[in-house]
Amino acid sequence: MNGTPRTLFEKIWDAHIVSQAEGAPAILYIDLQLVHEVTSPQAFTELRNRGIKVRRPDRTVATVDHSIPTYDRSLPIMDALAAKQLEQMYANARDFNIRIYDRLSDKQGIVHVIGPELGLTQPGMTIVCGDSHTSTHGAFGTLAFGIGTSEVAMVLATQTLLQRKPKTMNVRVTGALGQGVTAKDIILALIAKIGVDGGTGHVIEYSGSAIRAQTMEGRMTICNMSIEGGARAGMIAPDDVTFSYIAGREFAPKGADWDAAVARWKQLPTDDGAQYDAVVELDANALEPMITYGNNPGMGIPITARVPDPDAIGDVHQKAALHKALQYMDLQPGRSLIGHPVNVVFIGSCTNSRIGDLRLAANVMKGKRVAPNVRVMVVPGSQQVKRQAEQEGLDKIFREAGAEWREAGCSMCIAMNGDQLAPGEYSISTSNRNFEGRQGKGGRTFLASPMTAAATAIHGVVTDPRTVLS
Amino acid sequence: MEPIKSFTGKTVALPNTDVDTDQIIPARYLKVTDKKGLGEVVFYDWRYDADGNPNPDFLLNKPHAAGATILVAGHNFGCGSSREHAPWALQGFGFQAIVSTQFADIFRNNSLKNGLLPIVVDKATHEQLLDLAVEDPDLQLEVDLETQTLTLPDGRRVEFPIDSFSKECLLNGVDELGYLLRQTSAIEEYEKRNNK
Ligand code: SF4
Repeated sequence: MNGTPRTLFEKIWDAHIVSQAEGAPAILYIDLQLVHEVTSPQAFTELRNRGIKVRRPDRTVATVDHSIPTYDRSLPIMDALAAKQLEQMYANARDFNIRIYDRLSDKQGIVHVIGPELGLTQPGMTIVCGDSHTSTHGAFGTLAFGIGTSEVAMVLATQTLLQRKPKTMNVRVTGALGQGVTAKDIILALIAKIGVDGGTGHVIEYSGSAIRAQTMEGRMTICNMSIEGGARAGMIAPDDVTFSYIAGREFAPKGADWDAAVARWKQLPTDDGAQYDAVVELDANALEPMITYGNNPGMGIPITARVPDPDAIGDVHQKAALHKALQYMDLQPGRSLIGHPVNVVFIGSCTNSRIGDLRLAANVMKGKRVAPNVRVMVVPGSQQVKRQAEQEGLDKIFREAGAEWREAGCSMCIAMNGDQLAPGEYSISTSNRNFEGRQGKGGRTFLASPMTAAATAIHGVVTDPRTVLS
Repeated sequence: MEPIKSFTGKTVALPNTDVDTDQIIPARYLKVTDKKGLGEVVFYDWRYDADGNPNPDFLLNKPHAAGATILVAGHNFGCGSSREHAPWALQGFGFQAIVSTQFADIFRNNSLKNGLLPIVVDKATHEQLLDLAVEDPDLQLEVDLETQTLTLPDGRRVEFPIDSFSKECLLNGVDELGYLLRQTSAIEEYEKRNNK
């Protein structure tokens, strides 16, 4: 290669160009496609209609997560449509010879939890899935992004995509987080700052001391929500934390292959002097636990702050959006959310359902009882996370506190599977979207970290987690 | 995909900013295995109340929205989930083009793949279109893809950007999957060269 310093993104992009015709988008090679039941059926139909096979079944892995119930796996699925969709996924996996972790597999889980957990996600790769939170995998120094169903078919058929090169944005998070402030709060603070369209057209690379200090799980939480800031992808350069997470996992390279892989991965971080199209700085020292009050993830505030006033906003459309959100959420401007009652606490989703997230929540709930009249659901991200939590006794802590301990899946993050809010109910949720109706028609969502959600579970009202930490 | 060249269409406006794909089609309608019939559930939760009765205040329930083919939407339309069901549902209702100041990336890609034309205009034109749609329930706009222009009722022509590849695909109804399938030898070479 020439001597021009390159970013992490550019190195991966360059290494995956199959061809680039004048005036056309690049043909980008995809190392791994993850598949789930909701966004793939029409893609397989497309292949059938054309009489073509999946080009690389060995680079394709499927699971079921969105529409499956999170109750006891020995019970049947009551929703006929969901059952049909699952059957279709199984038939597609069978017919096209794709590895699948089905509902009864002990490795089933949310697609963005199991990819890393199985060691499928590795630095330097390109990964896609018909799912916007594919950005999660960028935590490993991969270029990972969500695609639509037409593109799912393209990757199934050719292992490539037509892509225009996105711009790059560097988000530098300096300093260190205080007690009770976590990765979720970093990303919610970033989106509140840049807005839900702030990253449009860009791939974000996160850097800085507060990012380096994160575990792989914290890094995944941050990259996961890149899409909520409008970015195509989020990435973090791999380091020893990354390598030790991957080492020994089922699909990780072994022996001499491992050494060669690590040597390759060490070449990935952005070169000194490489340029980004945009730079955003965030001071971790100044961050507090964050919470959202509105109907997009950019409508977030530090938990001790007050709900903003639409009248203070100049732009008519922004003003109208905030006005509509406060009406939907039935909230008053100028008030703090602390003390606001909730009906449901949801701890789960591809943002915050990994073992580290469950440990943080359990640590807050240990030896306590959840408030009466509050339904608390803890939904592990995968069957492996579930078993690990059970080995550590976290399930006992949750159960003894009065929380429900469920089977793995997307659950109330997207409310496709029967786990949902009733109209008008409030939840505090560790998921990633507070859109109107996201957790059930008429339901109202506050997004927050697992610690904030757990503290709120104990009191039944929105609670600053720093007040319950001993 | 059917080729698109030019068309004149009835135009309606939904000025809300940051409309996410969960509003365009709520997740509970994603339990389908084909693309048919999604026009009936487009904007379901804004369109119908809790009992399933049409909400008379919502744009798509107003008499003048019947037959509309162009939607002037707020800034950052289509953010959130990657569901291609969103353009399928909008097309199912009858829309052929969406006009905004900015589209979310995945929604824009998905729309182009289905021949739903995303038209980006500047803020001033956007405001003018929103006003026009309020004043005139029979607003008609003319879209010409070849010249990349949108013609307003007063005859003003506004150019809109679209990359040359997408334009070619839309004008000729080129099937992108077919295009990629014809690159097989380049893909094989890449795999060999890179040991994949
Ligand atoms: S947990 Fe939620 S955001 Fe994540 S993949 Fe499932 S539905 Fe999508």
